[in-house]
Amino acid sequence: MSEAPAEASVPGPLSAEERDELRRHGILLTSVQELYNWGRSHSVWPLNFGLACCAIEMIAASMARFDIARFGSEVFRPSPRQADLIIVSGTVTKKMAPHVVRLWNQMPEPKYCIAMGACAISGGPFKQGYNVLKGIDRFIPVDVYIPGCPPRPEALLHGLVQLQEKIRQQPLRGPDAPRHLRSDLPCDATVPELGAEDIEPPFSPEIWKPPTLVRPDKA
Amino acid sequence: MESPEALRDRLLARFPGASLELVANGSPSGQVSFRIDPAFLREVARFLRDDPELALDQCSNVTGLDSPDREVVETVKESQPGAPGGPPVVTERKQTRIAPGHLEVIYHLYSVARRHGPVILRARTGNRTDAVSLPSLTPVWRSCEFQEREVFDLYGVVFEGHPDLRRILMWDAFTGHPMRKDYVEPDDYEWEPTPHGDVLAKARRHYPSAAAPGAAQPSP
Repeated sequence: MSEAPAEASVPGPLSAEERDELRRHGILLTSVQELYNWGRSHSVWPLNFGLACCAIEMIAASMARFDIARFGSEVFRPSPRQADLIIVSGTVTKKMAPHVVRLWNQMPEPKYCIAMGACAISGGPFKQGYNVLKGIDRFIPVDVYIPGCPPRPEALLHGLVQLQEKIRQQPLRGPDAPRHLRSDLPCDATVPELGAEDIEPPFSPEIWKPPTLVRPDKA
Repeated sequence: MESPEALRDRLLARFPGASLELVANGSPSGQVSFRIDPAFLREVARFLRDDPELALDQCSNVTGLDSPDREVVETVKESQPGAPGGPPVVTERKQTRIAPGHLEVIYHLYSVARRHGPVILRARTGNRTDAVSLPSLTPVWRSCEFQEREVFDLYGVVFEGHPDLRRILMWDAFTGHPMRKDYVEPDDYEWEPTPHGDVLAKARRHYPSAAAPGAAQPSP
Protein backbone atom coordinates (compact mmCIF):
# COMPACT_ATOMS: atom_id res chain seq x y z
CA MET A 1 0.00 0.00 0.00
CA SER A 2 2.77 2.40 -0.84
CA GLU A 3 0.30 4.44 -2.96
CA ALA A 4 -1.81 5.25 0.11
CA PRO A 5 -2.17 9.01 0.25
CA ALA A 6 -0.21 10.80 2.93
CA GLU A 7 -3.31 12.58 4.21
CA ALA A 8 -4.94 9.21 4.92
CA SER A 9 -4.23 9.44 8.62
CA VAL A 10 -5.28 13.05 9.11
CA PRO A 11 -9.00 13.64 9.62
CA GLY A 12 -10.74 14.87 6.53
CA PRO A 13 -12.42 18.25 6.30
CA LEU A 14 -15.85 16.60 6.48
CA SER A 15 -17.31 15.59 9.82
CA ALA A 16 -18.91 12.19 10.36
CA GLU A 17 -22.39 13.74 10.29
CA GLU A 18 -21.70 15.39 6.98
CA ARG A 19 -20.46 12.13 5.55
CA ASP A 20 -23.60 10.34 6.77
CA GLU A 21 -25.66 13.05 5.14
CA LEU A 22 -23.78 12.53 1.87
CA ARG A 23 -24.20 8.75 2.19
CA ARG A 24 -27.96 9.20 2.41
CA HIS A 25 -27.76 10.95 -0.94
CA GLY A 26 -25.77 8.10 -2.46
CA ILE A 27 -22.29 9.61 -2.20
CA LEU A 28 -19.73 7.44 -0.44
CA LEU A 29 -16.57 9.06 0.84
CA THR A 30 -13.71 7.04 2.27
CA SER A 31 -9.93 6.83 2.37
CA VAL A 32 -7.69 4.07 1.12
CA GLN A 33 -6.70 3.29 4.69
CA GLU A 34 -10.30 3.00 5.80
CA LEU A 35 -11.25 0.82 2.84
CA TYR A 36 -8.18 -1.34 3.18
CA ASN A 37 -8.65 -1.90 6.91
CA TRP A 38 -12.37 -2.46 6.47
CA GLY A 39 -11.72 -5.22 3.98
CA ARG A 40 -8.93 -6.70 6.07
CA SER A 41 -10.94 -6.74 9.27
CA HIS A 42 -13.98 -8.49 7.78
CA SER A 43 -12.20 -11.39 6.13
CA VAL A 44 -10.07 -12.79 8.94
CA TRP A 45 -9.80 -16.46 8.05
CA PRO A 46 -8.78 -18.61 11.01
CA LEU A 47 -6.52 -21.63 10.85
CA ASN A 48 -8.36 -24.92 11.30
CA PHE A 49 -6.34 -25.81 14.37
CA GLY A 50 -7.41 -26.89 17.83
CA LEU A 51 -5.36 -28.01 20.79
CA ALA A 52 -7.65 -28.96 23.68
CA CYS A 53 -11.10 -28.35 25.15
CA CYS A 54 -11.10 -24.68 24.06
CA ALA A 55 -11.18 -26.01 20.50
CA ILE A 56 -14.63 -27.48 21.24
CA GLU A 57 -15.87 -23.98 22.04
CA MET A 58 -14.17 -22.70 18.89
CA ILE A 59 -16.06 -25.35 16.88
CA ALA A 60 -19.28 -24.35 18.62
CA ALA A 61 -18.61 -20.72 17.68
CA SER A 62 -18.34 -21.74 14.04
CA MET A 63 -21.63 -23.67 14.04
CA ALA A 64 -25.13 -22.38 13.36
CA ARG A 65 -26.06 -21.28 16.87
CA PHE A 66 -23.21 -18.80 17.34
CA ASP A 67 -22.27 -18.50 13.67
CA ILE A 68 -18.86 -16.89 13.37
CA ALA A 69 -19.76 -16.37 9.68
CA ARG A 70 -21.61 -13.20 10.75
CA PHE A 71 -18.17 -11.65 11.28
CA GLY A 72 -16.57 -12.92 8.09
CA SER A 73 -14.44 -15.59 9.78
CA GLU A 74 -16.31 -18.74 8.83
CA VAL A 75 -13.67 -19.96 6.38
CA PHE A 76 -11.51 -22.18 8.58
CA ARG A 77 -8.50 -22.95 6.41
CA PRO A 78 -6.80 -26.32 6.71
CA SER A 79 -3.49 -24.86 5.51
CA PRO A 80 -1.51 -22.14 7.29
CA ARG A 81 -0.62 -20.74 3.85
CA GLN A 82 -4.23 -19.57 3.44
CA ALA A 83 -4.98 -18.48 7.00
CA ASP A 84 -4.85 -15.01 8.56
CA LEU A 85 -5.53 -15.87 12.17
CA ILE A 86 -4.25 -18.58 14.50
CA ILE A 87 -6.55 -19.21 17.46
CA VAL A 88 -4.35 -20.96 20.01
CA SER A 89 -7.22 -22.86 21.59
CA GLY A 90 -5.94 -24.91 24.47
CA THR A 91 -2.97 -26.17 26.43
CA VAL A 92 0.33 -25.83 24.58
CA THR A 93 2.53 -28.64 25.83
CA LYS A 94 6.26 -28.23 25.48
CA LYS A 95 6.22 -31.05 22.95
CA MET A 96 3.63 -29.18 20.87
CA ALA A 97 5.20 -25.71 21.15
CA PRO A 98 7.67 -26.00 18.22
CA HIS A 99 4.87 -27.13 15.93
CA VAL A 100 2.59 -24.24 16.92
CA VAL A 101 5.39 -21.74 16.29
CA ARG A 102 6.21 -23.40 12.98
CA LEU A 103 2.56 -23.10 11.90
CA TRP A 104 2.71 -19.41 12.81
CA ASN A 105 5.86 -18.98 10.71
CA GLN A 106 4.18 -20.69 7.76
CA MET A 107 1.28 -18.21 7.78
CA PRO A 108 1.65 -15.28 5.36
CA GLU A 109 1.43 -11.70 6.56
CA PRO A 110 -0.81 -10.01 7.56
CA LYS A 111 -1.43 -12.52 10.35
CA TYR A 112 -2.95 -12.30 13.80
CA CYS A 113 -2.92 -14.47 16.91
CA ILE A 114 -5.64 -14.97 19.51
CA ALA A 115 -4.68 -16.73 22.75
CA MET A 116 -7.90 -18.46 23.75
CA GLY A 117 -8.33 -19.66 27.32
CA ALA A 118 -6.25 -19.76 30.48
CA CYS A 119 -3.78 -22.36 29.17
CA ALA A 120 -2.85 -20.49 26.01
CA ILE A 121 -2.50 -17.26 28.00
CA SER A 122 -0.40 -18.50 30.93
CA GLY A 123 -0.39 -22.28 31.16
CA GLY A 124 -3.54 -22.07 33.28
CA PRO A 125 -3.98 -24.85 35.83
CA PHE A 126 -0.92 -26.60 34.39
CA LYS A 127 1.35 -23.55 34.76
CA GLN A 128 3.67 -25.11 37.32
CA GLY A 129 3.90 -28.46 35.56
CA TYR A 130 7.02 -29.76 33.92
CA ASN A 131 5.48 -30.31 30.50
CA VAL A 132 3.37 -27.24 29.69
CA LEU A 133 4.40 -23.98 28.07
CA LYS A 134 3.53 -21.05 30.35
CA GLY A 135 1.72 -19.06 27.68
CA ILE A 136 2.05 -18.93 23.90
CA ASP A 137 3.09 -15.25 24.08
CA ARG A 138 6.58 -16.48 24.92
CA PHE A 139 7.05 -17.27 21.23
CA ILE A 140 4.23 -15.67 19.24
CA PRO A 141 3.11 -12.01 19.43
CA VAL A 142 -0.49 -12.27 20.67
CA ASP A 143 -3.05 -9.70 19.51
CA VAL A 144 -6.04 -10.61 21.70
CA TYR A 145 -6.19 -12.60 24.94
CA ILE A 146 -9.50 -14.28 25.78
CA PRO A 147 -9.64 -15.45 29.40
CA GLY A 148 -11.84 -18.35 30.44
CA CYS A 149 -11.57 -22.05 31.08
CA PRO A 150 -12.78 -22.53 28.41
CA PRO A 151 -14.21 -19.20 27.19
CA ARG A 152 -17.77 -19.32 25.93
CA PRO A 153 -18.30 -18.98 22.17
CA GLU A 154 -19.64 -15.49 22.83
CA ALA A 155 -16.29 -14.61 24.40
CA LEU A 156 -14.47 -15.85 21.31
CA LEU A 157 -16.78 -13.75 19.13
CA HIS A 158 -16.10 -10.75 21.36
CA GLY A 159 -12.38 -11.38 21.03
CA LEU A 160 -12.74 -11.54 17.26
CA VAL A 161 -14.65 -8.23 17.25
CA GLN A 162 -11.88 -6.71 19.37
CA LEU A 163 -9.33 -7.96 16.84
CA GLN A 164 -11.37 -6.40 14.02
CA GLU A 165 -11.49 -3.15 15.96
CA LYS A 166 -7.71 -3.31 16.40
CA ILE A 167 -7.22 -3.89 12.67
CA ARG A 168 -9.50 -0.96 11.79
CA GLN A 169 -7.49 1.37 14.03
CA GLN A 170 -4.12 0.56 12.43
CA PRO A 171 -2.52 3.41 10.46
CA LEU A 172 -0.92 2.24 7.25
CA ARG A 173 2.14 4.48 7.59
CA GLY A 174 4.41 5.72 10.28
CA PRO A 175 5.85 4.06 13.36
CA ASP A 176 2.52 2.45 14.31
CA ALA A 177 2.03 0.72 10.97
CA PRO A 178 1.29 -3.00 11.15
CA ARG A 179 4.05 -5.54 10.84
CA HIS A 180 3.35 -6.55 7.26
CA LEU A 181 3.80 -3.00 5.94
CA ARG A 182 7.18 -2.50 7.55
CA SER A 183 10.55 -3.92 6.72
CA ASP A 184 12.19 -3.34 10.11
CA LEU A 185 10.11 -5.87 12.06
CA PRO A 186 10.74 -9.61 11.80
CA CYS A 187 7.82 -11.77 10.70
CA ASP A 188 9.26 -15.08 11.87
CA ALA A 189 9.20 -16.28 15.46
CA THR A 190 11.96 -18.33 17.05
CA VAL A 191 11.16 -22.03 16.83
CA PRO A 192 12.25 -23.75 20.06
CA GLU A 193 14.18 -27.01 20.04
CA LEU A 194 13.20 -30.03 22.13
CA GLY A 195 16.09 -30.39 24.56
CA ALA A 196 17.04 -33.04 27.07
CA GLU A 197 15.03 -31.52 29.93
CA ASP A 198 13.16 -28.51 28.56
CA ILE A 199 12.58 -26.66 25.34
CA GLU A 200 15.51 -24.55 24.19
CA PRO A 201 15.16 -21.61 24.55
CA PRO A 202 12.32 -21.61 27.13
CA PHE A 203 11.08 -18.31 25.68
CA SER A 204 11.93 -16.01 22.81
CA PRO A 205 13.81 -13.04 24.31
CA GLU A 206 12.89 -10.77 21.37
CA ILE A 207 9.19 -10.75 22.16
CA TRP A 208 8.88 -11.77 25.80
CA LYS A 209 10.63 -10.66 28.97
CA PRO A 210 10.31 -12.54 32.26
CA PRO A 211 8.09 -10.63 34.70
CA THR A 212 9.88 -8.86 37.52
CA LEU A 213 8.36 -8.99 40.95
CA VAL A 214 7.53 -5.62 42.49
CA ARG A 215 6.61 -5.75 46.16
CA PRO A 216 3.79 -3.30 46.93
CA ASP A 217 5.57 -2.17 50.12
CA LYS A 218 8.87 -1.59 48.27
CA ALA A 219 7.50 0.11 45.18
CA MET B 1 -15.08 -66.38 39.19
CA GLU B 2 -13.13 -68.51 41.62
CA SER B 3 -11.71 -66.92 44.76
CA PRO B 4 -8.23 -65.38 44.61
CA GLU B 5 -6.88 -68.09 46.89
CA ALA B 6 -8.24 -70.84 44.63
CA LEU B 7 -6.80 -69.07 41.58
CA ARG B 8 -3.45 -68.78 43.32
CA ASP B 9 -3.42 -72.47 44.11
CA ARG B 10 -4.39 -73.35 40.57
CA LEU B 11 -1.62 -71.12 39.16
CA LEU B 12 0.93 -72.61 41.55
CA ALA B 13 -0.09 -76.11 40.48
CA ARG B 14 0.14 -75.12 36.82
CA PHE B 15 3.47 -73.28 37.16
CA PRO B 16 5.56 -75.05 39.75
CA GLY B 17 8.56 -72.99 40.73
CA ALA B 18 6.92 -69.64 40.09
CA SER B 19 6.82 -67.34 43.06
CA LEU B 20 3.29 -66.08 43.39
CA GLU B 21 2.22 -63.84 46.20
CA LEU B 22 -1.26 -62.65 47.06
CA VAL B 23 -1.11 -58.92 47.90
CA ALA B 24 -3.89 -57.79 50.21
CA ASN B 25 -5.63 -54.48 49.76
CA GLY B 26 -6.83 -52.57 52.80
CA SER B 27 -9.10 -50.22 50.87
CA PRO B 28 -12.90 -50.66 50.80
CA SER B 29 -12.74 -52.21 47.34
CA GLY B 30 -10.58 -55.01 48.76
CA GLN B 31 -9.23 -55.94 45.36
CA VAL B 32 -6.38 -58.35 45.95
CA SER B 33 -3.62 -58.69 43.41
CA PHE B 34 -1.03 -61.28 42.43
CA ARG B 35 2.65 -60.41 42.54
CA ILE B 36 4.36 -62.66 40.06
CA ASP B 37 7.94 -63.59 39.34
CA PRO B 38 8.84 -61.66 36.12
CA ALA B 39 10.31 -64.84 34.60
CA PHE B 40 6.84 -66.43 34.60
CA LEU B 41 4.82 -63.30 33.90
CA ARG B 42 4.13 -63.87 30.24
CA GLU B 43 3.29 -67.58 30.59
CA VAL B 44 0.93 -66.80 33.46
CA ALA B 45 -0.66 -64.05 31.36
CA ARG B 46 -1.17 -66.40 28.44
CA PHE B 47 -2.71 -68.97 30.75
CA LEU B 48 -5.10 -66.39 32.21
CA ARG B 49 -6.16 -65.33 28.75
CA ASP B 50 -6.59 -68.84 27.29
CA ASP B 51 -8.05 -70.64 30.28
CA PRO B 52 -11.70 -71.31 29.38
CA GLU B 53 -12.98 -70.61 32.90
CA LEU B 54 -11.14 -67.31 33.30
CA ALA B 55 -11.01 -66.09 29.68
CA LEU B 56 -9.44 -62.76 30.68
CA ASP B 57 -9.55 -61.36 27.18
CA GLN B 58 -9.13 -57.65 27.98
CA CYS B 59 -6.28 -55.81 29.61
CA SER B 60 -7.91 -52.53 30.52
CA ASN B 61 -5.16 -50.78 32.42
CA VAL B 62 -1.38 -50.83 32.77
CA THR B 63 0.23 -48.57 35.31
CA GLY B 64 3.46 -48.18 37.21
CA LEU B 65 4.67 -47.67 40.73
CA ASP B 66 7.96 -46.30 41.98
CA SER B 67 9.42 -47.30 45.34
CA PRO B 68 12.68 -45.45 45.94
CA ASP B 69 15.55 -46.77 48.03
CA ARG B 70 14.80 -46.32 51.70
CA GLU B 71 16.68 -46.60 54.95
CA VAL B 72 15.59 -49.38 57.28
CA VAL B 73 16.55 -49.26 60.96
CA GLU B 74 16.93 -52.72 62.43
CA THR B 75 17.59 -53.73 66.01
CA VAL B 76 20.14 -56.52 66.28
CA LYS B 77 20.48 -58.55 69.46
CA GLU B 78 23.84 -60.04 70.23
CA SER B 79 24.45 -62.37 73.10
CA GLN B 80 27.92 -62.93 74.46
CA PRO B 81 28.88 -65.38 77.16
CA GLY B 82 28.94 -63.45 80.42
CA ALA B 83 30.55 -64.30 83.67
CA PRO B 84 31.10 -68.04 84.20
CA GLY B 85 27.97 -69.56 85.53
CA GLY B 86 25.93 -66.41 84.94
CA PRO B 87 23.47 -65.60 82.14
CA PRO B 88 24.84 -64.46 78.76
CA VAL B 89 25.07 -60.70 78.27
CA VAL B 90 22.62 -59.54 75.61
CA THR B 91 23.44 -56.28 73.90
CA GLU B 92 21.14 -54.51 71.49
CA ARG B 93 22.37 -52.24 68.81
CA LYS B 94 20.65 -50.49 65.97
CA GLN B 95 21.93 -50.68 62.44
CA THR B 96 20.62 -49.05 59.34
CA ARG B 97 20.68 -50.60 55.94
CA ILE B 98 19.49 -49.38 52.58
CA ALA B 99 16.55 -51.38 51.29
CA PRO B 100 16.86 -51.25 47.53
CA GLY B 101 13.95 -49.70 45.68
CA HIS B 102 12.14 -51.11 42.71
CA LEU B 103 9.72 -50.25 39.97
CA GLU B 104 6.47 -52.14 39.74
CA VAL B 105 4.06 -52.60 36.86
CA ILE B 106 0.39 -53.38 37.45
CA TYR B 107 -2.03 -54.91 34.94
CA HIS B 108 -5.81 -54.92 35.36
CA LEU B 109 -7.44 -57.79 33.47
CA TYR B 110 -11.12 -58.28 32.71
CA SER B 111 -13.15 -60.86 30.85
CA VAL B 112 -15.64 -59.49 28.39
CA ALA B 113 -16.76 -62.97 27.41
CA ARG B 114 -17.52 -64.12 30.95
CA ARG B 115 -18.17 -60.68 32.46
CA HIS B 116 -15.89 -60.84 35.43
CA GLY B 117 -12.81 -59.15 36.71
CA PRO B 118 -10.57 -57.54 37.51
CA VAL B 119 -7.66 -59.87 38.07
CA ILE B 120 -4.68 -57.72 38.98
CA LEU B 121 -1.12 -58.74 38.18
CA ARG B 122 1.97 -57.07 39.57
CA ALA B 123 5.61 -57.55 38.69
CA ARG B 124 8.68 -55.88 40.15
CA THR B 125 11.97 -54.97 38.58
CA GLY B 126 15.25 -55.81 40.29
CA ASN B 127 16.14 -52.21 41.09
CA ARG B 128 15.62 -48.71 39.74
CA THR B 129 18.86 -48.24 37.82
CA ASP B 130 20.20 -51.07 35.69
CA ALA B 131 17.84 -54.03 36.16
CA VAL B 132 14.66 -52.32 35.02
CA SER B 133 13.45 -54.69 32.34
CA LEU B 134 10.28 -56.75 32.50
CA PRO B 135 8.64 -58.95 29.89
CA SER B 136 6.12 -57.09 27.79
CA LEU B 137 2.55 -58.36 27.73
CA THR B 138 1.80 -56.69 24.39
CA PRO B 139 2.15 -60.06 22.61
CA VAL B 140 -0.62 -61.34 24.88
CA TRP B 141 -2.97 -58.34 24.92
CA ARG B 142 -2.52 -55.83 22.13
CA SER B 143 -4.14 -53.12 24.27
CA CYS B 144 -1.03 -53.02 26.45
CA GLU B 145 1.06 -51.43 23.71
CA PHE B 146 0.46 -47.72 24.31
CA GLN B 147 0.13 -48.11 28.07
CA GLU B 148 3.42 -49.96 28.33
CA ARG B 149 4.99 -47.18 26.27
CA GLU B 150 3.58 -44.73 28.78
CA VAL B 151 5.06 -46.68 31.71
CA PHE B 152 8.37 -46.77 29.84
CA ASP B 153 8.18 -43.03 29.25
CA LEU B 154 7.18 -41.92 32.73
CA TYR B 155 8.81 -44.61 34.93
CA GLY B 156 11.62 -46.00 32.81
CA VAL B 157 10.61 -49.66 32.84
CA VAL B 158 12.05 -51.40 29.76
CA PHE B 159 9.58 -53.93 28.34
CA GLU B 160 11.31 -56.78 26.57
CA GLY B 161 9.45 -58.08 23.57
CA HIS B 162 7.51 -54.85 23.06
CA PRO B 163 7.13 -54.24 19.31
CA ASP B 164 7.62 -50.45 19.40
CA LEU B 165 9.08 -49.21 22.66
CA ARG B 166 9.38 -45.44 22.29
CA ARG B 167 8.39 -42.49 24.44
CA ILE B 168 4.76 -41.62 23.96
CA LEU B 169 4.03 -38.47 25.99
CA MET B 170 7.40 -36.75 26.25
CA TRP B 171 9.59 -36.12 23.23
CA ASP B 172 12.30 -38.55 22.12
CA ALA B 173 15.24 -36.37 23.21
CA PHE B 174 13.86 -36.07 26.76
CA THR B 175 16.02 -37.85 29.32
CA GLY B 176 14.11 -38.01 32.63
CA HIS B 177 11.25 -40.17 33.85
CA PRO B 178 8.79 -37.65 35.30
CA MET B 179 6.69 -39.97 37.45
CA ARG B 180 9.67 -41.24 39.43
CA LYS B 181 9.85 -39.87 42.95
CA ASP B 182 13.36 -38.50 42.44
CA TYR B 183 12.57 -36.67 39.19
CA VAL B 184 13.83 -33.09 39.27
CA GLU B 185 11.76 -30.85 37.03
CA PRO B 186 13.08 -27.76 35.23
CA ASP B 187 13.52 -24.88 37.66
CA ASP B 188 11.13 -22.47 35.99
CA TYR B 189 8.65 -21.50 38.71
CA GLU B 190 6.76 -18.31 38.09
CA TRP B 191 4.80 -16.22 40.51
CA GLU B 192 1.14 -17.08 40.93
CA PRO B 193 -1.42 -15.51 43.25
CA THR B 194 -2.60 -18.45 45.35
CA PRO B 195 0.10 -21.11 45.60
CA HIS B 196 -0.66 -24.15 47.70
CA GLY B 197 0.75 -27.61 48.28
CA ASP B 198 3.86 -28.41 46.26
CA VAL B 199 3.57 -25.12 44.41
CA LEU B 200 3.71 -23.23 47.71
CA ALA B 201 6.95 -25.04 48.56
CA LYS B 202 8.34 -23.98 45.20
CA ALA B 203 7.15 -20.41 45.76
CA ARG B 204 8.96 -20.27 49.12
CA ARG B 205 12.12 -21.54 47.51
CA HIS B 206 12.02 -18.84 44.85
CA TYR B 207 10.64 -15.90 46.81
CA PRO B 208 11.44 -16.64 50.48
CA SER B 209 10.18 -13.36 51.86
CA ALA B 210 7.26 -12.91 49.54
CA ALA B 211 5.71 -16.32 50.03
CA ALA B 212 6.12 -16.48 53.80
CA PRO B 213 2.81 -17.13 55.55
CA GLY B 214 1.09 -13.91 56.43
CA ALA B 215 3.27 -11.78 54.21
CA ALA B 216 1.66 -9.45 51.72
CA GLN B 217 1.39 -11.11 48.35
CA PRO B 218 3.49 -9.36 45.70
CA SER B 219 1.99 -8.30 42.43
CA PRO B 220 3.70 -9.48 39.28
